[in-house]
Formats: sequence, structure tokens, C-alpha cells
Amino acid sequence: MIIRRILIATALCLSLFSPQRSIAQDKSIVVASTTSTQDSGLFEYLLPIFTKKTGITVKVIAQGTGQALDTGRRGDADVVFVHAKSAEEQFLSEGQSLKRYPVMYNDFVLIGPKSDPAKIGGTSDIAAALKSIMAKGAPFISRGDRSGTHIAELMLWKQAGIDIEKEKNAWYKSIGQGMGAALNTAQASSAYVLSDRGTWLNFKNKNDLQIGVQGDKRMFNQYGVMLVNPDKHPNVKKDLGQQFIDWLVSVEGQKVIGDYKINGEPLFYPNANDSGA
Amino acid sequence: MNTDASALQLVLAVDPTLVAIVLLSLMVSLSAVLIAAVIGIPLGALIALTRFPGRGMAIVALNALMGLPPVVVGLAVFLLLSRSGPLGSLGMLFTPQAMIVAQAILVTPIVAALARQTIEDLWEEYRDEFAAMNVGPVQRIGTLIWDGRFSLVTALLAGFGRSAAEVGAIIIVGGNIDGFTRTMTTAIALETSKGNLPLAVGLGIVLIAIIIAINALAWWARRTGERYAG
Amino acid sequence: MTENMRPPPSDLPIAFENVTVTEGSVTILDRLSLTISPGEPTFVIGPNGSGKTTFLRAAMGLVAPTEGRVTWGGRDGVSPHKLAFVFQRPVMLRRSAESNVRFTLSAAGVPRIEHDGRVAELFKLVGLDGLQKRSARRLSGGEQQRLAIARALARDPSVIFLDEPTASLDPAATKAIEDIVRTITARGVKAVLSTHDLGQARRLANDIIFLHRGRIIETGATSEFFESPRSPEARSFIEGDLLV
Repeated sequence: MIIRRILIATALCLSLFSPQRSIAQDKSIVVASTTSTQDSGLFEYLLPIFTKKTGITVKVIAQGTGQALDTGRRGDADVVFVHAKSAEEQFLSEGQSLKRYPVMYNDFVLIGPKSDPAKIGGTSDIAAALKSIMAKGAPFISRGDRSGTHIAELMLWKQAGIDIEKEKNAWYKSIGQGMGAALNTAQASSAYVLSDRGTWLNFKNKNDLQIGVQGDKRMFNQYGVMLVNPDKHPNVKKDLGQQFIDWLVSVEGQKVIGDYKINGEPLFYPNANDSGA
Repeated sequence: MNTDASALQLVLAVDPTLVAIVLLSLMVSLSAVLIAAVIGIPLGALIALTRFPGRGMAIVALNALMGLPPVVVGLAVFLLLSRSGPLGSLGMLFTPQAMIVAQAILVTPIVAALARQTIEDLWEEYRDEFAAMNVGPVQRIGTLIWDGRFSLVTALLAGFGRSAAEVGAIIIVGGNIDGFTRTMTTAIALETSKGNLPLAVGLGIVLIAIIIAINALAWWARRTGERYAG
Repeated sequence: MTENMRPPPSDLPIAFENVTVTEGSVTILDRLSLTISPGEPTFVIGPNGSGKTTFLRAAMGLVAPTEGRVTWGGRDGVSPHKLAFVFQRPVMLRRSAESNVRFTLSAAGVPRIEHDGRVAELFKLVGLDGLQKRSARRLSGGEQQRLAIARALARDPSVIFLDEPTASLDPAATKAIEDIVRTITARGVKAVLSTHDLGQARRLANDIIFLHRGRIIETGATSEFFESPRSPEARSFIEGDLLV
């Protein structure tokens, strides 16, 4: 008798999540995106507007850029929305997507403690700043997770003429976590860290941290969006996914992106019209 | 979720987003525990009451599986349910069902191992009486499960505690999707990463309060039940 | 347990033919041969470790002889419903007193429709009327012993084995158990008891089996055993000397 009761209860619980139910209401897509779009609060602002207009629910998996692209590669997402142009072009050349759409950009900022041991505060030369951090052996937190920000960080070291793989030492800590975790770690250990501006602005635990270097053109951070190739992954919801992409790059979508501000400061600059971005 | 509200305000205002997150967390954990009960208790009883070669190994393995690392389970379920995986056609990845599956895998060994111990101890105690009363195998198993019910509830609570507190597996297979697969624990992880520590702490307090409430309920039920049937 | 429901004593006589029980290298029962016949209670007495409990278990069929054989009414197998056993420390199921009896009734295949009547009758018989709904494990030692007897009688047995049923009970509780034994004997149930209590054996026993170190030293009618024991062991046991 008790076993029958347990079975009934189980059936009831499972029926709440039954496939029929999720298919019936499933005008939804899965978007693999980056922690920066989520942690910056952009999606929380933007998605309700899109859903209200189209009735499409967007389920966002926030990962590092590399992981998000892998999610697309396995066919577990309909759309990827990331920021590492070289990795995105690799994705295209594998045939994982047929077209990449530039959407917007923001920029990276080099964050550091107010004590500023590397004396870089207020400068706008990222290469000089990185050299100084290395020279002083000032603590530096790296995402170390193949994310867009991590890839950009590695590029900046390279452009500064530093082979970070060879030079890195106890002062350089690779934590293998998301942007927020990296900022928390930097805050707790008075370290420098490269962050996208959006996540930084939305970050609540700034305490002793401040912007050290900003405004260098090399710290430009382009976002692109791609539909996962439905020929490779037949389960991809290409119509709904394309609808999302089309809206992001439409005049309306671009305006919504530009309108998202924290403390009056815009976080992302729409640039879908810049075909070279 | 309104990230500006303090934890206390959130709790007092009964934020509907928070309520949805709490309900999802409970639904996932309780479903996982139910599945674990349906599989684990009979499995534990079977191992307790039968003698077969390799039984000792089976018991050691079962006890060891209680310490399964959630991320490993999460990863395994992820690879299984991924569109490129063997069960990809089910389309279950990044859904609450996937989280239930992962947590059921984590909880079942706990329930089975504790049920085995409970039922075996009880069997030692009842064995002579059963032999003298000539109790058949079906009635025997049913009686041992029923008479061990209070200890078995404790086993289920241990499983519930594990699943309610778990984040490693469900964040991998659920994807922490806002309004769909975001639970208490994954929300705490997210708010922590956003540096929104007061909200993260608030959610943590709510989670602990819920776990305490459920354990208190079970304790009360056990005490009341034992008064009449212990 | 009404007169017309009394089962025919088909399990009797119980015959031991050269029964030996060993556990590892220890011999617990050593070449026993005897017969338990219908009628008044039979008592198994002897010091601790003399093999009383194992003897009763072998007579119940719970322990298989290492050598020799036990037969019930001339047959090798035990008819499942006609023997009942009350252990020295009976284990109460974790449920109400009444449910303990119902459990045995359904294990014995008694139709559910008869349960209410049988439960009422059995509780009255063992003097536990009114305690039906109490948790069995919260009853006193004497009450638990009586409930265990009610549970055993639920099987409607022709023989009931009671292993030191009054070993840890006070005189009042002991008297209650002895009264129950008299009642069921009057109803035709054969009781086989073990005890340390020689007074109890004198009061209740029809015949005595005296065990020492796994062997039968003496058997016989109660009066004969107590008044003119043939063996020195029995004599010193009766006189209260320590027998080891």
C-alpha cells in the first residue's frame, strides 16, 4: 500500500515536468552566451522586451565563450551569443554556423586595488600597465577559462610583448572561473584583473577595487551572434533562433541595447551596421 | 529578481520570483528523493535479505557511492543527455527533468545504503519471530520496510539534504536558466558571482530555513508516530 | 480458541531420534532420544547452557539436527500452522499491540473477516483487554510476554513452546503467565516450557525433561522426578546446589 502511494506521488511529481507539457508551451530557444552578458544584467533587461514582442522564451545558459561555443558544437543550444572574434571565426569555418552577425561592443577595463602597487591608475596604455604589473610582481587574477575575456587578456599580454606562459609566476593566478568570481577574488586579494565594463558596472562587491586603465583601443570587445547550423544539428529551432538574431540586429533591438544603462552609463554600444566588426 | 532588494525585504515581500525558485528547488529535490526511495529502498532490502557471491563488495560499493562527487555525476548526465550524446534525442538537457535525473543518481545510493543497514539490523532482530510465525517473503519485506519506516524517513531526509544543498550537478545539467532551471543553490552561485553578496546570503538563509523546516516536520511526524507505534 | 475450533493434535507426538546439534566444534545437544506426548505441560529444566533453548528450537523445527531426526506426528515435515514459539525475549513489531496479533493472523492465513473476533478473544484470554491500541514496545515486560503468547496462540497451535517465559518477571506477572498456561492446557493445547524455576515446574508440569551439558540426564513424571530423582545431577539441582 505504501509502495503504491509512493509510486503515485512519483508519477504526479514527474507529470509536472512531463515532456508533453514542455513541448506544448515550448515556443522557446536555448541561447548559449557568456557570463558577461548575464552578469552585466543586459539579458534581464533585454529578454522580457523580446519575449513580450514575439512570445518566444529565451533560455540563457551563461558560460565562458569557449564553453558556450562547445555547447553549440554539441547541438545543445540554438543560438550562440559570444565575444571572441577569432574563436567565432573558427566556429564558422568548422561549419557549426553559417553566418556571424556583429551585434554590439563594449570595452574591457583593467581593474585594480586603490593602493595601486603597479602605479597604473588613470593611464590609458594597457601594454605599459601590464608591463608594470609584471615588473612589480603585483598580484593579477586571470579568468583562465577560455572565455572571451580570457582570450582577450592573453592577446593583450602578447601585444605588450610579454610571453605570459613563460613569465607567469606566483603573482599571476589563473582561477578558471567566471567574471564575477574573478572580480570577487581580485577584491579579496587586492589584485589586478581584466573585466568587461558591463560586469564591472553591475558588480556589487567593489569595495577596494577601482578602474585602473580604460579607453585603450586594444581593449575593444566585440560581441557576435550566430545560429547553430541546423544541417549539422536537426533539433535546432532555426526559425525561432533566427527571429531572435534578426531582432537583435534590427533597429529596435539595437536601440534597446543602447538604452541599457547603469547609473546613466551605457554598457554596450550597438554596432550591427559595422560589417567589419 | 530585484537585485537591489535586501534579503529581508525579499523574504517579507514574498517576491514571486523567489517563490518560483523555492518551488522549483523543492520540486526537483523531492522528485529526486521520491525516485531514490522507489529504487533505493527495495534495492537496499534486497541486498539486506539475500546472500550472493560478491555481496560484501556490493555493500562497500554502495557505501562508497554515497560520496559520489556531484560534478562528476553532473558531467556524466550532461554527456548522456547532450544532443550529441546517446540520449540526446530526448531533448532533456537544460530542463528540470535533467536535474531530477542527476540528483536521483546522487541520492539513490544514500537511500539504498542506509535502507540496507536499517533493514538488515531489523531483520536480525525479527528473524526468529518471522521463522516461528512462518512469514512469507513478501510479507517479510513489507514488514521490515514498514517497521523500519522511521529510520527510512531519516535516510530519505539525508538524501533530501544532499539534493537540496547540491549545486555542482544541477548547474551543469540544468544550465541555471532564469525562470526555468534556476534553483536556490544555483541562484546563490550566480548572485555570488555578481558580487551581490547580501542577496546570496539571504537566499542561503532561506534555503537553510527550508531544510530546517522540513527536518523539523519529519522529526515531529516521527515522534508522533513512535508514540503510537514505536 | 473455542472448543470446536481446537485443532486435532496432529503434530504430536514429537519424537527425537538420536538428535545431535553442533555449532562449529561445540556440541549443544548430544544424542537425544525422547518423545513429547499430548496432554499436560512438559517442562525442560536444567542449568544455564544445558541446551534447553536449542532443544525447544529443534522441537519447533527452527534448528535442524546435525545428526538424527525429529518427527512430528510421525512425519518429518512440520505442519506450518500447528506449532508456535514464544521466545525468552520476544521481539515486538513496531506497531500497536493489536496489530502484532493481526500480523500473526494474516501470516497464518486466517481470513481477514475473522480477525476482529480472534483479536478480542485472544486479548481477553491473556488478560490484556483494553491495551489493544497501545504501542507494543511500550508495554511492560510481563505484558509483552503475554502479548507474545497471544501472538503465538493466534496461529491456533496444537503445541506451544515457551522458552523461560517468566525468567525476568515479578511474582504477579509470573502468576498471570502460569494461569494462561493452565487455561490453554484446559483447551487442549500442549505446552512445552523451559524454566529455571523449580517451583513453577512443580506447579504446572506433568512431566520433566532434565538436561545437563546437552544430554538428557533424566525424564519422568513430575512427582517422581522431584521426590525420587535417580541421578546425582538431578538431586543436587533440586537441592539447589550449583551445577556446572
